[in-house]
Amino acid sequence: METLIAQLLNGLSLGSIYALIALGYTMVYGIIQLINFAHGEILMIGAYAGFFAITKLELGFFPALIVAMVVSVVLGIIVERVAYKPLRNSTRLSALITAIGVSLFLQNGGLQVFGTDYVTFPRAVDKVTYKFLGGNATITSHQILILIITVIMMFILQYIVHKTKTGKAMRAVSYDKDAALLMGVNVDSVITVTFAIGSAFAAVAGVLLGMYYQTIHPLMGSMPGLKAFIAAVLGGIGIIPGAMAGGFLLGIIETLVSGYLSSAYRDVVVFGLLIVILVVKPTGLLGKDTHEKV
Amino acid sequence: MKRENLLIGILLIVFYAAVFFATETGLIPPYYQVNLYLMGINIIAAVSLNLIVGFTGQLALGHAGFMAVGAYISVILTMKLGQPFLLAVLAGAAAAFLVGILIGLPTLRLKGDYLAIATLGFGEIIRRLLDNIDYVGGAAGINGIPKLTNWTWLYIFTLLTIFIIKNFVNSTHGRACISVRDNEIAAETMGINTTYYKVLAFSIGAFFVGIAGALYAHYFFLIQPATFSFMKSFDALVMVVFGGLGSITGSVIAAVAVTFMNAALINFGTLRMVIYALLLVIIMVFRPQGLMGTKELTFKRLFGGKERGGSANVNDKTSD
Amino acid sequence: MKNNKWLVVLIMMLVAALAATGCGGKDGDSETIKVGVNYELSGDVAAYGTTAKDAILLAFDEINEAGGVLGKKIEAVVLDNKSDATEALSVATKLVTQEKVVAHLGPATTGATLNTIPVITEYKVPLITNSATHPDITVDPQTNKTREFVFRTCFIDPPQAIVGAEFAVKELGVKKVAVYYDNTNDYSKGLYKVFKEHVTALGGEVVAEEGYVESDLEFRPTLTKFKQSGAELIYIPGYYEKVAKIVSQARELGIDVPFLGADGWDSPDLVEVAGPEALNNTYFTNHYSPQDPSEKVQNFVNAYKERYGSIPASFSATAYDAAYLLADAIKRAGSTDTEAITKALAETKDFDGITGRFSFDEQHNPVKEISIIEMVDGEQTLKTKIAPK
Repeated sequence: METLIAQLLNGLSLGSIYALIALGYTMVYGIIQLINFAHGEILMIGAYAGFFAITKLELGFFPALIVAMVVSVVLGIIVERVAYKPLRNSTRLSALITAIGVSLFLQNGGLQVFGTDYVTFPRAVDKVTYKFLGGNATITSHQILILIITVIMMFILQYIVHKTKTGKAMRAVSYDKDAALLMGVNVDSVITVTFAIGSAFAAVAGVLLGMYYQTIHPLMGSMPGLKAFIAAVLGGIGIIPGAMAGGFLLGIIETLVSGYLSSAYRDVVVFGLLIVILVVKPTGLLGKDTHEKV
Repeated sequence: MKRENLLIGILLIVFYAAVFFATETGLIPPYYQVNLYLMGINIIAAVSLNLIVGFTGQLALGHAGFMAVGAYISVILTMKLGQPFLLAVLAGAAAAFLVGILIGLPTLRLKGDYLAIATLGFGEIIRRLLDNIDYVGGAAGINGIPKLTNWTWLYIFTLLTIFIIKNFVNSTHGRACISVRDNEIAAETMGINTTYYKVLAFSIGAFFVGIAGALYAHYFFLIQPATFSFMKSFDALVMVVFGGLGSITGSVIAAVAVTFMNAALINFGTLRMVIYALLLVIIMVFRPQGLMGTKELTFKRLFGGKERGGSANVNDKTSD
Repeated sequence: MKNNKWLVVLIMMLVAALAATGCGGKDGDSETIKVGVNYELSGDVAAYGTTAKDAILLAFDEINEAGGVLGKKIEAVVLDNKSDATEALSVATKLVTQEKVVAHLGPATTGATLNTIPVITEYKVPLITNSATHPDITVDPQTNKTREFVFRTCFIDPPQAIVGAEFAVKELGVKKVAVYYDNTNDYSKGLYKVFKEHVTALGGEVVAEEGYVESDLEFRPTLTKFKQSGAELIYIPGYYEKVAKIVSQARELGIDVPFLGADGWDSPDLVEVAGPEALNNTYFTNHYSPQDPSEKVQNFVNAYKERYGSIPASFSATAYDAAYLLADAIKRAGSTDTEAITKALAETKDFDGITGRFSFDEQHNPVKEISIIEMVDGEQTLKTKIAPK
C-alpha cells in the first residue's frame, strides 16, 4: 500500500511534466490543427536561454524564466512566419513535414551551437526532500513547484482562451478561418499570438524540465515532446483541461507499468494504450464527438 | 503506346546491363554502389508509401515498422532456418502484409493526424518489442547477415514494385482507393467499401516495404531495432511528399534525389543534418505540392511535341 | 509556381557541386598520410564520438608537431556518421575507397563499428575503435575467428563486469544485488548478463533486474521497486548522464546502498549532475583515472583541458591511445601499406598508453589492468586495480 502511494506520487510528478508540455502543444493544435513537432525544440531553446540567463547573467529563477520565455516567443514567431505561414493553405502533410524539418533543424543546429555534451542545469531553486509514511514515500520541493506551476498555467491558458478578446478570436479562427477573416478577425496576427503563447509555455516547461532533471541537451525536447503530444491526444487534443488530464494519466500509467510490470515494456504499453483509446474514442477522453461535414 | 512500352522495356534492360557491367568491372566506385543500393531500397519504400499516403490519402507514419518486420523475418529465414533468399524475401514481405492487415483494421478507422500518431505509436511498439526479444539479439540486433542482395535482385524487386503498384493504381481497386482519398463519404455513398480499400492499400504498401526491409538487411550486414526508427518512416514520407502525392514517377525521382542529396552532404561533416533540415523546409515552403504534383513523368511529357523547349511536365496546373 | 521546381533542382545541384568541390581539393597530396576518422558527430551518441574525435585530432597535432611519421604529416579525414549504423558503412566506404586512407579510426559504438567491418576487411584497411567494447567486434561469432583488420584500445565488456562482480562480492561483501541496465544498448546489456552470471557464481543473488530506455528521465518508479527488493548494491552498467540521474533520484528516495558501474560513468558531468554527496559510496570500473599522477597521463589531461576546456573522459583517453598506437604501428611497419600497418598493429607489444601499458592478445584485445574508481566527495579516487583473469 505504501509502495502504491509512493508510486502514485512518482506518477503524479512525472504527469505534471507531461501536462505542462502538453498545454502548449494542445493549444497550438486546437487553433490551427498543426502538430507542431518543433514544440519540443522550442522548449529546448527555452531551457538553454534559461541556463544562460542563470549562469551568465546571474539572474534568479523567475527573471531567468522570463528571459527564456522572451527568447522562445521570438523564436516561435520566427518559425511560424518563415516556415508555417507560407504553408497555411497547402496540404496538412506538407505542413507536417515542414514542422519535422524545423524540429530537425533546431536539434542539429543546437548540437552545432551548444555542443553535443549534456550541460548541467544549475539548481536555481533549493531542493528540499520531504519524507512521510515512515520514509517510504518522498516528495521534493521541485516536484511541488512543478505541480503548482502546471496548475496555474492551465488556469491562465483557460482564462486567455475563454475570457479574453484574443481568446475569442483564437476560437473563431479554430472554428472557421475564412469566416473569422470575414468577421474582421486578423487571422495572421491571431495565429502569431497563438504561437507566441505556445512558445512561452514551452519555455517554462523547458526551464522546469532542466531544473528538475538537472541536465539539458539539444535533443532533450524530442521524447518529452512526443510523450506530451500523446498526453494531449489521450485527453482530447485541443482541449486544455484534457491536456492536463492526459498528462497525469500518462504519467501514472507509465509509473505503474514500470513499478509493477517491467520498464522494458513501458513504451509498448503506453503506445498500445494510445492506439486503443484512439480506436475506441478517437476524440480522446474529454473530447466531444463531432460529426463530419459533408 | 505500344512503341513507347517497347522503348521503355529496351531502356530498362540497357540500364540494367550497363550498371551490371559497371559494378562488375569496378567502373562504379564502391561508395557509389552503397548509394545505388540505398536508392533502390528508398524507391521501394517511397513508392509503397505513396500508395498509402498519396493515392489512398491515409497519413501513415509507421512505415519503418513494416520494414523492420520484413527485415527481421527474412533474416531469421536465411540465417537461422537456412532457407533460400527469394523465399526469405517473400516471407518477410508476407509477414509485413499480415501485420499490415492486423494494424490497419483497427487504426484505419482514424483520420488525419490521429491516424498519423497511431501509426507512429505502432512503429515504436515494433521497435520496443524487438528490443526485448533475445532470439533476434535484442537491442544489439543481428549482425553478420550474408550479403545476398545483389544488383539483379535489387533491380527486379524495384521494378516489380513500381510496375505492380502502378497497375494497382490504374485498376478498379486503385480507382476505389483514389476515391477514398478524394472524398471518403462520397465514395462510401457510391457503395465503395472504404475500410476494405484502406486496409488493402495499407497492407499492400506494407508488403512492398517488407521487401525493402529484406533487401536492406541482406545488403547492410547488420540490423538493429534502432535502424528502423521514426526517422526511417519520416525519410520515406519526405520522398513521397517531395515527389508529389500520387505520382509514382515523382516518388522515384524524389527517392533518387534524396539519396543523392544525403550522399553529397556527407562532405559537410557535422553540418550535414542542419543543411538537410534546412533544405527540407525550403523545398516544402517553395514547393509544397512536390516536384510532380499528382502528374506522372511520361515519355510523352519528356519528348512530346506541344510543350515549349521539350522540358518535362510543364502542364502542372495543380501547382496553383 | 513553375519556377519553384527549378529552384529546387537548382538547390540540389548547388549542394552537389559544393560537395564535389569539397572532396576534389584534397586529392593528389602524397606528402601526408591520410587517416580516416569515422565518428558519431551528430545524432544520439554525438557526445562520445565528439570527445573521441577531439582526442584523436589532439594526438595527431602533437605527432605532426614532433615531425610526423616517416617524415610525413598525418592528415585526418573526419566524417560524421550521424550515429547511424548504415551511415557508418557509407562513411567507411567513402574513406576507404575514395579518400584512400591508410587506416580507419572509429566508430565509437558497437553497432556502427560492426557495420563498417565488411568494407574495411574487403579493402584490407586496419580499423581501431576506441570504445566499441562488444566481444563480436574483433571476433566473428559465427566462425570464432579473429577479424584480421580490427583492433581496439578499450577492454571488452566481460572482464569489466567480472572484475565488477568480484569487487562487489569479495571486497564490498554484498550478497543481494539489483541491476539497472540500458535496455536499448548492447554494451549495457552485455555487462548486465556477465555481471549477473558472475555474481551468482560467487554466491551472490540478483534480487531485481530492470531495463531503462535511452530517452528516459524518470527512474523513481523502478527505484521504488528496487527499494522493496532488499538489494544491498545496485549495479548500473550505463552512461554517466543516466547514471547521474538514477543515483540522484535514488538518494532522494532514501536509497543509501552502494552503486557500482562501468566505464560509461566516467565524465565530469557525473558529479555536476548528481552532486558530490549523492555519489559517495559509489564505484565504477574504468580504463584510466585522470588523477593518475604519472607524467604521461597528466600531460595528456592538461593538453586536452587547455584545448577543449574540459577534463578528458576515458573514451578520450582510449581514442588518444588509438591515434598514438596507429602512429607507432606505421613507424614500426616502416611504410604506409595498409597490410603492413595491420601486421605491425597485431604485433603490438607493451605499448605505453594513457590507459596503461598493453599488448594485444590473439583476439586483438588489449590486455591491461582495470581500475576501480571510488567517488569520494565528488573526486575520483583510485580504489584498486584488478587484472582480469
